[in-house]
Amino acid sequence: MTALRNVWAIVEKEWRHYFGSPIAYVALMVWTLLFGIFFYFAFSLFLRQSMMAAQQMEFGGGPKMSLNEWLIRPVMHNMAVVALFLAPMLTMRLFAEEKRQGTIELLATAPITDLQIVLGKFLAAAGLYGLMILAGLLNLALIWYYAPTPPEWKPVLTGALALLLFGCCFIALGVFVSTLTRNQIVAGILSFCLFLGVWTLGWADDPSAGPVMRALAYLGVTTHMEDMVKGVVDLKDVVFYLSFIVFGLFLAHESVQSQRWRA
Amino acid sequence: MIEVENLTKRYGRTTAVDGVSFRVQKGEILGFLGPNGAGKTTTMRILTCYLPPTEGTARVAGYDVLQSPLEVKRRVGYIPETPPLYPDMDVDGFLDFCAKIKGVPSASRKAKIDEAVEKTRIGDVRRKLIGQLSKGYRQRVGLAQAILANPDVLILDEPTAGLDPKQIIETRELIKSLGGGHTIVLSTHILPEVSMTCGRVVIINKGKVVAEDTPDNLTRRLRGAGALRVDVRGDAAAAAEAVRSVPGVLSVRARAESPETTTLEVEAEAGRDVRSAIARAVVSRGLDLLALQQVGMSLEEIFLHLTTSDTAHAEPPPPPPPASQEVTA
Repeated sequence: MTALRNVWAIVEKEWRHYFGSPIAYVALMVWTLLFGIFFYFAFSLFLRQSMMAAQQMEFGGGPKMSLNEWLIRPVMHNMAVVALFLAPMLTMRLFAEEKRQGTIELLATAPITDLQIVLGKFLAAAGLYGLMILAGLLNLALIWYYAPTPPEWKPVLTGALALLLFGCCFIALGVFVSTLTRNQIVAGILSFCLFLGVWTLGWADDPSAGPVMRALAYLGVTTHMEDMVKGVVDLKDVVFYLSFIVFGLFLAHESVQSQRWRA
Repeated sequence: MIEVENLTKRYGRTTAVDGVSFRVQKGEILGFLGPNGAGKTTTMRILTCYLPPTEGTARVAGYDVLQSPLEVKRRVGYIPETPPLYPDMDVDGFLDFCAKIKGVPSASRKAKIDEAVEKTRIGDVRRKLIGQLSKGYRQRVGLAQAILANPDVLILDEPTAGLDPKQIIETRELIKSLGGGHTIVLSTHILPEVSMTCGRVVIINKGKVVAEDTPDNLTRRLRGAGALRVDVRGDAAAAAEAVRSVPGVLSVRARAESPETTTLEVEAEAGRDVRSAIARAVVSRGLDLLALQQVGMSLEEIFLHLTTSDTAHAEPPPPPPPASQEVTA
Protein backbone atom coordinates (compact mmCIF):
# COMPACT_ATOMS: atom_id res chain seq x y z
CA MET A 1 0.00 0.00 0.00
CA THR A 2 2.70 2.45 1.00
CA ALA A 3 4.82 1.03 -1.81
CA LEU A 4 2.12 1.87 -4.34
CA ARG A 5 1.65 5.30 -2.85
CA ASN A 6 5.39 5.98 -3.11
CA VAL A 7 5.53 4.82 -6.72
CA TRP A 8 2.53 6.98 -7.49
CA ALA A 9 4.14 10.02 -5.85
CA ILE A 10 7.11 9.63 -8.20
CA VAL A 11 4.86 9.15 -11.23
CA GLU A 12 2.90 12.25 -10.31
CA LYS A 13 6.07 14.29 -9.87
CA GLU A 14 7.47 13.19 -13.23
CA TRP A 15 4.21 13.97 -14.95
CA ARG A 16 4.18 17.37 -13.36
CA HIS A 17 7.62 17.84 -14.84
CA TYR A 18 6.69 16.50 -18.28
CA PHE A 19 3.68 18.79 -18.51
CA GLY A 20 5.28 21.71 -16.72
CA SER A 21 7.96 21.82 -19.40
CA PRO A 22 7.70 21.63 -23.18
CA ILE A 23 8.77 17.96 -23.25
CA ALA A 24 5.31 16.41 -23.11
CA TYR A 25 3.85 18.85 -25.63
CA VAL A 26 6.70 18.48 -28.10
CA ALA A 27 6.58 14.70 -27.84
CA LEU A 28 2.79 14.63 -28.26
CA MET A 29 2.91 17.08 -31.13
CA VAL A 30 5.67 15.33 -33.05
CA TRP A 31 4.02 11.98 -32.50
CA THR A 32 0.52 12.98 -33.59
CA LEU A 33 1.82 15.04 -36.49
CA LEU A 34 3.89 12.17 -37.87
CA PHE A 35 1.08 9.75 -37.17
CA GLY A 36 -1.19 11.99 -39.21
CA ILE A 37 1.29 12.32 -42.07
CA PHE A 38 1.96 8.59 -42.27
CA PHE A 39 -1.73 7.94 -42.03
CA TYR A 40 -2.42 10.35 -44.87
CA PHE A 41 0.17 8.81 -47.19
CA ALA A 42 -0.85 5.27 -46.38
CA PHE A 43 -4.43 6.25 -46.93
CA SER A 44 -3.86 7.86 -50.32
CA LEU A 45 -1.81 4.87 -51.40
CA PHE A 46 -4.64 2.63 -50.29
CA LEU A 47 -7.16 4.69 -52.28
CA ARG A 48 -5.10 4.48 -55.47
CA GLN A 49 -4.53 0.77 -55.07
CA SER A 50 -8.15 0.05 -54.36
CA MET A 51 -9.18 2.13 -57.36
CA MET A 52 -6.90 0.02 -59.54
CA ALA A 53 -8.19 -3.10 -57.91
CA ALA A 54 -11.72 -2.01 -58.66
CA GLN A 55 -10.82 -1.54 -62.33
CA GLN A 56 -9.33 -5.01 -62.41
CA MET A 57 -12.45 -6.36 -60.81
CA GLU A 58 -14.37 -5.39 -63.92
CA PHE A 59 -12.19 -7.79 -65.82
CA GLY A 60 -12.92 -10.53 -63.37
CA GLY A 61 -11.29 -10.44 -60.01
CA GLY A 62 -8.22 -8.99 -58.36
CA PRO A 63 -6.91 -8.99 -54.82
CA LYS A 64 -9.28 -8.07 -52.04
CA MET A 65 -7.78 -5.21 -50.12
CA SER A 66 -8.02 -4.98 -46.38
CA LEU A 67 -7.71 -1.69 -44.54
CA ASN A 68 -5.81 -3.46 -41.82
CA GLU A 69 -3.16 -4.69 -44.14
CA TRP A 70 -2.81 -1.61 -46.30
CA LEU A 71 -3.39 1.18 -43.85
CA ILE A 72 -3.06 0.28 -40.22
CA ARG A 73 -0.09 -2.05 -40.38
CA PRO A 74 2.28 0.28 -42.27
CA VAL A 75 1.36 3.19 -40.02
CA MET A 76 2.13 1.12 -36.92
CA HIS A 77 5.48 0.15 -38.36
CA ASN A 78 6.36 3.73 -39.14
CA MET A 79 5.37 4.80 -35.68
CA ALA A 80 7.74 2.24 -34.22
CA VAL A 81 10.53 4.17 -35.94
CA VAL A 82 9.25 7.40 -34.48
CA ALA A 83 9.24 5.76 -31.04
CA LEU A 84 12.90 4.98 -31.56
CA PHE A 85 13.58 8.70 -31.83
CA LEU A 86 11.18 9.95 -29.18
CA ALA A 87 11.86 7.44 -26.40
CA PRO A 88 15.27 8.93 -25.48
CA MET A 89 13.54 12.30 -25.14
CA LEU A 90 11.25 10.87 -22.50
CA THR A 91 13.88 8.99 -20.53
CA MET A 92 17.15 10.87 -20.77
CA ARG A 93 16.55 13.26 -17.92
CA LEU A 94 14.83 10.88 -15.51
CA PHE A 95 17.90 10.13 -13.41
CA ALA A 96 20.56 12.31 -15.04
CA GLU A 97 18.74 15.48 -14.01
CA GLU A 98 18.23 14.29 -10.42
CA LYS A 99 21.93 13.64 -10.18
CA ARG A 100 22.92 16.96 -11.65
CA GLN A 101 20.54 18.90 -9.42
CA GLY A 102 21.50 16.90 -6.35
CA THR A 103 17.86 16.01 -5.81
CA ILE A 104 18.79 12.34 -5.98
CA GLU A 105 19.95 12.91 -2.41
CA LEU A 106 16.41 13.92 -1.48
CA LEU A 107 14.97 10.76 -2.99
CA ALA A 108 17.70 8.55 -1.59
CA THR A 109 17.24 9.82 1.96
CA ALA A 110 13.45 9.66 1.88
CA PRO A 111 11.83 6.48 3.20
CA ILE A 112 11.26 4.99 -0.23
CA THR A 113 13.19 2.18 -1.87
CA ASP A 114 15.30 2.43 -5.00
CA LEU A 115 12.94 -0.01 -6.69
CA GLN A 116 10.01 2.31 -6.06
CA ILE A 117 11.93 5.22 -7.54
CA VAL A 118 12.91 3.24 -10.65
CA LEU A 119 9.38 1.89 -11.12
CA GLY A 120 7.84 5.32 -10.62
CA LYS A 121 10.08 6.87 -13.24
CA PHE A 122 9.50 4.06 -15.70
CA LEU A 123 5.73 4.18 -15.28
CA ALA A 124 5.71 7.96 -15.69
CA ALA A 125 7.51 7.75 -19.04
CA ALA A 126 5.50 4.72 -20.13
CA GLY A 127 2.31 6.54 -19.19
CA LEU A 128 3.16 9.54 -21.32
CA TYR A 129 4.09 7.21 -24.16
CA GLY A 130 0.74 5.44 -23.77
CA LEU A 131 -1.00 8.77 -24.00
CA MET A 132 0.88 9.49 -27.22
CA ILE A 133 -0.32 6.21 -28.72
CA LEU A 134 -3.91 6.98 -27.75
CA ALA A 135 -3.64 10.41 -29.34
CA GLY A 136 -2.34 8.80 -32.52
CA LEU A 137 -5.17 6.31 -32.59
CA LEU A 138 -7.60 9.21 -32.99
CA ASN A 139 -6.55 9.24 -36.66
CA LEU A 140 -7.79 5.72 -37.03
CA ALA A 141 -11.11 6.68 -35.49
CA LEU A 142 -11.70 8.59 -38.72
CA ILE A 143 -11.86 5.35 -40.65
CA TRP A 144 -14.61 4.01 -38.46
CA TYR A 145 -16.47 7.21 -38.97
CA TYR A 146 -16.23 7.27 -42.78
CA ALA A 147 -15.52 3.74 -44.04
CA PRO A 148 -18.60 1.90 -45.36
CA THR A 149 -17.20 -1.42 -44.10
CA PRO A 150 -15.18 -0.72 -40.98
CA PRO A 151 -11.90 -2.57 -40.60
CA GLU A 152 -11.40 -5.19 -37.96
CA TRP A 153 -10.78 -3.54 -34.62
CA LYS A 154 -8.84 -6.36 -33.04
CA PRO A 155 -5.67 -5.93 -35.10
CA VAL A 156 -5.76 -2.22 -34.32
CA LEU A 157 -5.78 -2.95 -30.61
CA THR A 158 -3.06 -5.57 -30.82
CA GLY A 159 -1.04 -3.23 -33.03
CA ALA A 160 -1.34 -0.52 -30.39
CA LEU A 161 -0.35 -3.07 -27.76
CA ALA A 162 2.69 -4.04 -29.81
CA LEU A 163 3.65 -0.41 -30.15
CA LEU A 164 3.24 0.10 -26.42
CA LEU A 165 5.26 -2.96 -25.40
CA PHE A 166 7.93 -2.18 -27.97
CA GLY A 167 8.26 1.40 -26.75
CA CYS A 168 8.32 0.31 -23.11
CA CYS A 169 11.38 -1.82 -23.86
CA PHE A 170 13.14 1.32 -25.02
CA ILE A 171 11.89 3.26 -22.04
CA ALA A 172 13.12 0.63 -19.57
CA LEU A 173 16.51 0.62 -21.26
CA GLY A 174 16.49 4.42 -21.35
CA VAL A 175 15.82 4.61 -17.61
CA PHE A 176 18.88 2.44 -17.11
CA VAL A 177 21.09 4.58 -19.35
CA SER A 178 19.90 7.70 -17.55
CA THR A 179 21.25 6.34 -14.26
CA LEU A 180 24.74 6.13 -15.73
CA THR A 181 25.45 9.82 -16.18
CA ARG A 182 24.61 13.21 -14.78
CA ASN A 183 24.47 14.69 -18.26
CA GLN A 184 21.09 14.47 -20.00
CA ILE A 185 22.53 14.89 -23.47
CA VAL A 186 24.98 12.05 -22.97
CA ALA A 187 22.14 9.90 -21.64
CA GLY A 188 20.00 10.81 -24.65
CA ILE A 189 22.67 10.00 -27.23
CA LEU A 190 23.71 6.79 -25.50
CA SER A 191 20.10 5.63 -25.25
CA PHE A 192 19.49 6.34 -28.91
CA CYS A 193 22.57 4.38 -29.96
CA LEU A 194 21.59 1.50 -27.74
CA PHE A 195 18.01 1.47 -29.06
CA LEU A 196 19.29 1.56 -32.61
CA GLY A 197 21.57 -1.37 -31.84
CA VAL A 198 18.73 -3.41 -30.40
CA TRP A 199 16.62 -2.45 -33.37
CA THR A 200 19.13 -3.57 -35.97
CA LEU A 201 19.44 -6.97 -34.32
CA GLY A 202 16.10 -7.69 -35.92
CA TRP A 203 17.66 -7.28 -39.38
CA ALA A 204 19.56 -10.51 -38.85
CA ASP A 205 16.25 -12.30 -39.09
CA ASP A 206 16.91 -14.43 -42.14
CA PRO A 207 15.79 -18.06 -42.40
CA SER A 208 19.10 -19.02 -44.04
CA ALA A 209 21.23 -17.49 -41.28
CA GLY A 210 23.17 -19.54 -38.77
CA PRO A 211 22.02 -20.23 -35.21
CA VAL A 212 23.98 -17.33 -33.69
CA MET A 213 22.42 -14.84 -36.03
CA ARG A 214 19.01 -16.33 -35.43
CA ALA A 215 19.50 -15.98 -31.69
CA LEU A 216 20.57 -12.37 -32.09
CA ALA A 217 17.61 -11.70 -34.30
CA TYR A 218 15.37 -13.12 -31.63
CA LEU A 219 16.64 -10.43 -29.27
CA GLY A 220 15.75 -7.74 -31.80
CA VAL A 221 12.75 -5.83 -30.52
CA THR A 222 11.15 -5.45 -33.95
CA THR A 223 10.94 -9.14 -34.81
CA HIS A 224 8.32 -9.70 -32.13
CA MET A 225 6.05 -7.00 -33.42
CA GLU A 226 5.10 -8.62 -36.73
CA ASP A 227 2.47 -11.04 -35.53
CA MET A 228 0.95 -8.67 -33.07
CA VAL A 229 0.51 -5.95 -35.65
CA LYS A 230 -1.26 -8.52 -37.82
CA GLY A 231 -3.63 -9.20 -34.97
CA VAL A 232 -2.09 -12.33 -33.51
CA VAL A 233 -1.02 -12.02 -29.91
CA ASP A 234 1.46 -14.79 -29.32
CA LEU A 235 2.29 -15.41 -25.68
CA LYS A 236 5.98 -15.83 -26.48
CA ASP A 237 6.15 -12.32 -27.94
CA VAL A 238 4.44 -10.80 -24.93
CA VAL A 239 6.75 -12.72 -22.62
CA PHE A 240 9.72 -11.52 -24.64
CA TYR A 241 8.71 -7.89 -24.28
CA LEU A 242 7.86 -8.17 -20.61
CA SER A 243 11.15 -9.87 -19.81
CA PHE A 244 13.00 -7.24 -21.82
CA ILE A 245 11.32 -4.52 -19.76
CA VAL A 246 12.01 -6.30 -16.48
CA PHE A 247 15.63 -6.76 -17.50
CA GLY A 248 16.00 -3.05 -18.31
CA LEU A 249 14.47 -2.06 -14.98
CA PHE A 250 16.64 -4.57 -13.18
CA LEU A 251 19.74 -2.99 -14.71
CA ALA A 252 18.50 0.45 -13.71
CA HIS A 253 17.85 -0.68 -10.15
CA GLU A 254 21.24 -2.33 -9.82
CA SER A 255 22.91 0.74 -11.25
CA VAL A 256 21.18 3.08 -8.78
CA GLN A 257 22.13 0.84 -5.88
CA SER A 258 25.71 0.23 -6.91
CA GLN A 259 26.35 3.93 -7.38
CA ARG A 260 25.62 4.43 -3.75
CA TRP A 261 28.25 1.89 -2.83
CA ARG A 262 30.80 3.38 -5.14
CA ALA A 263 29.85 7.03 -4.69
CA MET B 1 19.45 8.96 19.78
CA ILE B 2 22.45 8.74 17.49
CA GLU B 3 25.27 6.33 18.16
CA VAL B 4 28.27 6.31 15.87
CA GLU B 5 31.01 3.84 16.53
CA ASN B 6 34.33 3.62 14.81
CA LEU B 7 32.84 4.84 11.55
CA THR B 8 35.16 4.65 8.57
CA LYS B 9 34.54 5.54 4.95
CA ARG B 10 37.07 5.01 2.22
CA TYR B 11 36.76 6.15 -1.36
CA GLY B 12 39.24 4.00 -3.18
CA ARG B 13 42.54 4.93 -1.63
CA THR B 14 41.49 8.05 0.24
CA THR B 15 39.98 7.77 3.68
CA ALA B 16 37.31 10.42 4.14
CA VAL B 17 36.18 9.37 7.61
CA ASP B 18 38.57 7.51 9.85
CA GLY B 19 37.29 5.77 12.97
CA VAL B 20 34.83 8.44 14.09
CA SER B 21 32.78 7.74 17.22
CA PHE B 22 30.29 9.98 18.99
CA ARG B 23 26.88 9.92 20.57
CA VAL B 24 24.04 12.40 20.54
CA GLN B 25 21.38 12.40 23.24
CA LYS B 26 17.75 13.06 22.58
CA GLY B 27 16.96 16.76 22.24
CA GLU B 28 20.60 17.74 22.01
CA ILE B 29 22.09 20.06 19.36
CA LEU B 30 25.47 18.77 18.27
CA GLY B 31 27.80 20.94 16.24
CA PHE B 32 30.03 19.26 13.76
CA LEU B 33 32.99 21.48 13.20
CA GLY B 34 35.86 21.12 10.81
CA PRO B 35 37.59 22.62 7.80
CA ASN B 36 36.32 21.84 4.32
CA GLY B 37 37.06 18.26 3.35
CA ALA B 38 37.34 17.09 6.95
CA GLY B 39 34.69 14.42 6.46
CA LYS B 40 31.66 16.21 7.87
CA THR B 41 29.46 15.73 4.84
CA THR B 42 30.47 12.10 4.44
CA THR B 43 29.60 11.35 8.06
CA MET B 44 26.24 13.01 7.62
CA ARG B 45 25.56 11.13 4.42
CA ILE B 46 26.22 7.88 6.24
CA LEU B 47 23.85 8.90 9.02
CA THR B 48 21.12 9.58 6.46
CA CYS B 49 21.70 6.26 4.67
CA TYR B 50 22.82 8.01 1.52
CA LEU B 51 26.22 6.32 1.67
CA PRO B 52 27.07 3.02 3.31
CA PRO B 53 29.98 3.02 5.76
CA THR B 54 33.08 1.01 4.90
CA GLU B 55 33.55 -0.01 8.51
CA GLY B 56 31.94 0.68 11.83
CA THR B 57 28.32 1.17 12.76
CA ALA B 58 25.92 4.06 12.91
CA ARG B 59 22.57 3.81 14.64
CA VAL B 60 19.77 6.33 14.66
CA ALA B 61 17.03 5.83 17.24
CA GLY B 62 18.31 2.30 17.71
CA TYR B 63 18.12 1.38 14.01
CA ASP B 64 21.27 0.50 12.12
CA VAL B 65 21.78 2.46 8.90
CA LEU B 66 22.74 -0.66 6.99
CA GLN B 67 20.23 -3.11 8.40
CA SER B 68 17.07 -1.02 8.51
CA PRO B 69 17.61 2.04 6.33
CA LEU B 70 13.91 2.69 5.83
CA GLU B 71 13.33 2.99 9.58
CA VAL B 72 16.26 5.38 9.84
CA LYS B 73 15.10 7.45 6.88
CA ARG B 74 11.63 7.70 8.39
CA ARG B 75 13.12 9.34 11.48
CA VAL B 76 15.65 11.66 9.88
CA GLY B 77 15.17 15.02 8.21
CA TYR B 78 18.16 16.07 6.17
CA ILE B 79 19.37 19.08 4.23
CA PRO B 80 22.51 18.52 2.19
CA GLU B 81 24.91 21.38 1.63
CA THR B 82 23.03 22.57 -1.41
CA PRO B 83 19.35 22.06 -0.66
CA PRO B 84 17.92 19.49 -3.09
CA LEU B 85 15.13 21.36 -4.83
CA TYR B 86 13.32 21.07 -8.12
CA PRO B 87 13.61 24.49 -9.75
CA ASP B 88 10.57 23.91 -11.95
CA MET B 89 8.22 23.20 -9.05
CA ASP B 90 6.48 25.77 -6.90
CA VAL B 91 7.09 25.68 -3.17
CA ASP B 92 3.73 24.18 -2.32
CA GLY B 93 4.02 21.52 -4.99
CA PHE B 94 7.49 20.63 -3.84
CA LEU B 95 6.50 20.32 -0.19
CA ASP B 96 3.48 18.27 -1.20
CA PHE B 97 5.73 15.86 -3.10
CA CYS B 98 8.14 15.67 -0.17
CA ALA B 99 5.28 14.96 2.23
CA LYS B 100 4.16 12.12 -0.02
CA ILE B 101 7.51 10.42 -0.31
CA LYS B 102 8.11 10.88 3.40
CA GLY B 103 4.91 8.99 4.05
CA VAL B 104 2.94 11.80 5.70
CA PRO B 105 -0.66 10.50 5.72
CA SER B 106 -2.89 12.44 3.36
CA ALA B 107 -5.27 13.50 6.13
CA SER B 108 -2.61 15.50 7.96
CA ARG B 109 -0.56 16.49 4.91
CA LYS B 110 -1.92 19.97 4.49
CA ALA B 111 -1.60 20.76 8.18
CA LYS B 112 2.00 19.55 8.24
CA ILE B 113 2.91 21.61 5.20
CA ASP B 114 1.30 24.69 6.71
CA GLU B 115 3.18 24.12 9.92
CA ALA B 116 6.55 23.75 8.21
CA VAL B 117 5.87 26.81 6.04
CA GLU B 118 4.99 28.83 9.09
CA LYS B 119 8.03 27.70 11.10
CA THR B 120 10.43 28.54 8.29
CA ARG B 121 8.56 31.72 7.31
CA ILE B 122 8.18 31.04 3.62
CA GLY B 123 4.46 31.80 3.53
CA ASP B 124 4.87 34.65 1.06
CA VAL B 125 6.55 32.56 -1.64
CA ARG B 126 4.37 29.43 -1.54
CA ARG B 127 3.12 29.86 -5.09
CA LYS B 128 6.46 30.87 -6.58
CA LEU B 129 8.67 28.60 -8.62
CA ILE B 130 11.65 27.45 -6.59
CA GLY B 131 13.97 28.40 -9.45
CA GLN B 132 13.03 32.04 -8.97
CA LEU B 133 13.67 32.15 -5.24
CA SER B 134 16.67 33.81 -3.61
CA LYS B 135 19.31 31.74 -1.93
CA GLY B 136 17.93 32.51 1.52
CA TYR B 137 14.45 31.36 0.62
CA ARG B 138 15.77 28.22 -1.03
CA GLN B 139 17.67 27.34 2.10
CA ARG B 140 14.50 27.79 4.09
CA VAL B 141 12.47 25.69 1.70
CA GLY B 142 15.12 23.02 2.20
CA LEU B 143 14.69 23.34 5.94
CA ALA B 144 10.90 23.19 5.60
CA GLN B 145 11.30 19.97 3.66
CA ALA B 146 13.51 18.53 6.39
CA ILE B 147 11.14 19.27 9.26
CA LEU B 148 8.03 18.42 7.28
CA ALA B 149 7.46 14.91 8.57
CA ASN B 150 8.35 15.99 12.10
CA PRO B 151 11.40 13.72 12.30
CA ASP B 152 13.12 12.84 15.57
CA VAL B 153 16.50 13.70 14.15
CA LEU B 154 17.50 16.64 11.97
CA ILE B 155 20.76 16.55 10.09
CA LEU B 156 21.75 19.90 8.66
CA ASP B 157 24.82 20.22 6.49
CA GLU B 158 25.99 23.84 6.63
CA PRO B 159 22.51 25.27 7.05
CA THR B 160 23.67 28.89 6.98
CA ALA B 161 26.10 28.71 4.07
CA GLY B 162 25.57 31.53 1.63
CA LEU B 163 23.01 33.47 3.64
CA ASP B 164 23.19 37.14 4.52
CA PRO B 165 23.81 38.09 8.17
CA LYS B 166 20.14 38.69 8.94
CA GLN B 167 19.13 35.36 7.46
CA ILE B 168 21.94 33.64 9.33
CA ILE B 169 20.62 34.97 12.63
CA GLU B 170 17.08 33.94 11.73
CA THR B 171 18.17 30.47 10.74
CA ARG B 172 20.12 30.02 13.95
CA GLU B 173 17.13 31.11 16.00
CA LEU B 174 15.01 28.66 14.08
CA ILE B 175 17.45 25.82 14.68
CA LYS B 176 17.63 26.67 18.37
CA SER B 177 13.87 26.68 18.62
CA LEU B 178 13.76 23.25 16.97
CA GLY B 179 16.20 21.81 19.51
CA GLY B 180 14.54 20.07 22.42
CA GLY B 181 11.81 18.58 20.27
CA HIS B 182 14.29 17.31 17.72
CA THR B 183 17.77 15.94 18.05
CA ILE B 184 19.93 18.03 15.77
CA VAL B 185 23.31 17.48 14.19
CA LEU B 186 24.57 20.47 12.27
CA SER B 187 27.84 20.95 10.50
CA THR B 188 29.53 24.22 9.90
CA HIS B 189 32.87 25.85 9.52
CA ILE B 190 31.58 29.10 10.93
CA LEU B 191 32.72 29.07 14.54
CA PRO B 192 30.47 31.53 16.33
CA GLU B 193 27.57 29.51 15.01
CA VAL B 194 28.60 26.57 17.11
CA SER B 195 28.96 28.46 20.35
CA MET B 196 25.64 30.17 19.65
CA THR B 197 23.50 27.20 18.77
CA CYS B 198 25.10 23.98 19.90
CA GLY B 199 25.15 22.29 23.25
CA ARG B 200 28.09 20.18 22.26
CA VAL B 201 30.80 20.28 19.63
CA VAL B 202 32.64 17.58 17.79
CA ILE B 203 35.70 18.92 16.04
CA ILE B 204 36.77 16.79 13.14
CA ASN B 205 39.86 17.09 11.00
CA LYS B 206 41.12 14.83 8.22
CA GLY B 207 38.41 12.35 9.04
CA LYS B 208 39.25 12.05 12.72
CA VAL B 209 37.61 13.45 15.80
CA VAL B 210 40.14 15.74 17.46
CA ALA B 211 37.99 17.09 20.25
CA GLU B 212 34.52 16.68 21.68
CA ASP B 213 32.94 18.73 24.45
CA THR B 214 30.66 21.66 25.16
CA PRO B 215 31.86 24.90 23.61
CA ASP B 216 32.54 26.33 27.10
CA ASN B 217 34.39 23.27 28.30
CA LEU B 218 36.50 23.15 25.20
CA THR B 219 37.52 26.70 25.79
CA ARG B 220 38.33 26.02 29.41
CA ARG B 221 40.06 22.77 28.83
CA LEU B 222 42.42 24.13 26.25
CA ARG B 223 43.53 27.02 28.34
CA GLY B 224 43.55 25.02 31.52
CA ALA B 225 42.21 27.30 34.21
CA GLY B 226 45.22 29.25 33.24
CA ALA B 227 45.05 32.45 31.28
CA LEU B 228 44.40 35.62 33.23
CA ARG B 229 44.50 39.24 32.38
CA VAL B 230 45.47 41.56 35.19
CA ASP B 231 45.27 45.34 34.90
CA VAL B 232 47.37 47.17 37.43
CA ARG B 233 48.06 50.85 38.12
CA GLY B 234 51.74 51.32 38.86
CA ASP B 235 55.17 50.32 37.69
CA ALA B 236 55.21 47.52 35.15
CA ALA B 237 58.31 45.77 36.44
CA ALA B 238 57.08 45.85 40.03
CA ALA B 239 53.69 44.50 39.03
CA ALA B 240 55.23 41.67 37.03
CA GLU B 241 57.49 40.86 39.95
CA ALA B 242 54.54 40.79 42.36
CA VAL B 243 52.51 38.41 40.24
CA ARG B 244 55.45 36.18 39.51
CA SER B 245 55.94 35.57 43.20
CA VAL B 246 52.54 33.89 43.45
CA PRO B 247 52.88 30.08 43.59
CA GLY B 248 51.28 28.36 40.63
CA VAL B 249 52.02 31.14 38.16
CA LEU B 250 53.97 29.84 35.19
CA SER B 251 54.69 32.94 33.20
CA VAL B 252 53.92 36.62 33.18
CA ARG B 253 54.09 39.06 30.35
CA ALA B 254 53.63 42.71 30.99
CA ARG B 255 52.92 45.55 28.66
CA ALA B 256 52.39 49.17 29.53
CA GLU B 257 49.03 50.41 28.37
CA SER B 258 49.72 53.98 29.43
CA PRO B 259 52.37 55.61 31.65
CA GLU B 260 50.39 54.61 34.71
CA THR B 261 48.67 51.34 33.92
CA THR B 262 50.07 47.97 32.99
CA THR B 263 48.37 44.90 31.60
CA LEU B 264 49.77 41.56 32.64
CA GLU B 265 49.06 38.34 30.79
CA VAL B 266 49.42 35.53 33.24
CA GLU B 267 49.56 31.83 32.61
CA ALA B 268 48.97 29.60 35.58
CA GLU B 269 49.09 25.88 36.17
CA ALA B 270 46.06 24.09 34.78
CA GLY B 271 43.32 23.46 37.30
CA ARG B 272 44.68 25.88 39.87
CA ASP B 273 42.79 29.05 40.67
CA VAL B 274 45.38 31.72 41.48
CA ARG B 275 43.12 34.74 41.17
CA SER B 276 42.75 35.61 44.83
CA ALA B 277 46.47 35.10 45.49
CA ILE B 278 47.35 37.43 42.64
CA ALA B 279 44.94 40.06 43.91
CA ARG B 280 46.51 39.92 47.39
CA ALA B 281 50.03 40.00 46.01
CA VAL B 282 49.35 43.06 43.87
CA VAL B 283 47.62 45.00 46.62
CA SER B 284 50.20 44.12 49.28
CA ARG B 285 52.93 45.71 47.10
CA GLY B 286 51.04 48.97 47.17
CA LEU B 287 49.81 48.70 43.60
CA ASP B 288 46.20 49.26 42.58
CA LEU B 289 44.39 46.32 41.08
CA LEU B 290 42.11 47.61 38.33
CA ALA B 291 40.86 44.41 36.76
CA LEU B 292 41.34 40.69 37.02
CA GLN B 293 39.83 38.55 34.33
CA GLN B 294 39.94 34.98 33.15
CA VAL B 295 40.63 34.86 29.42
CA GLY B 296 39.30 31.89 27.51
CA MET B 297 40.59 30.92 24.15
CA SER B 298 37.96 31.70 21.57
CA LEU B 299 36.51 28.79 19.70
CA GLU B 300 38.21 30.18 16.65
CA GLU B 301 41.61 29.79 18.25
CA ILE B 302 40.83 26.31 19.50
CA PHE B 303 39.69 25.32 16.09
CA LEU B 304 42.75 26.66 14.35
CA HIS B 305 44.92 25.16 17.02
CA LEU B 306 43.36 21.73 16.82
CA THR B 307 43.17 21.54 13.10
CA THR B 308 46.53 22.99 12.18
CA SER B 309 48.91 21.27 14.56
CA ASP B 310 49.37 17.53 14.47
CA THR B 311 49.94 16.94 18.17
CA ALA B 312 46.93 18.92 19.17
CA HIS B 313 46.36 17.41 22.59
CA ALA B 314 49.92 17.46 23.84
CA GLU B 315 50.98 21.00 23.06
CA PRO B 316 49.94 24.12 24.95
CA PRO B 317 48.20 26.73 22.86
CA PRO B 318 50.41 28.98 20.76
CA PRO B 319 51.43 32.25 22.35
CA PRO B 320 49.25 35.29 21.69
CA PRO B 321 50.53 37.87 19.22
CA PRO B 322 53.66 39.72 20.39
CA ALA B 323 52.94 42.68 22.60
CA SER B 324 54.95 45.83 22.98
CA GLN B 325 57.64 45.99 25.62
CA GLU B 326 57.70 42.40 26.74
CA VAL B 327 58.86 41.28 30.13
CA THR B 328 58.91 37.55 30.27
CA ALA B 329 59.53 35.48 33.33
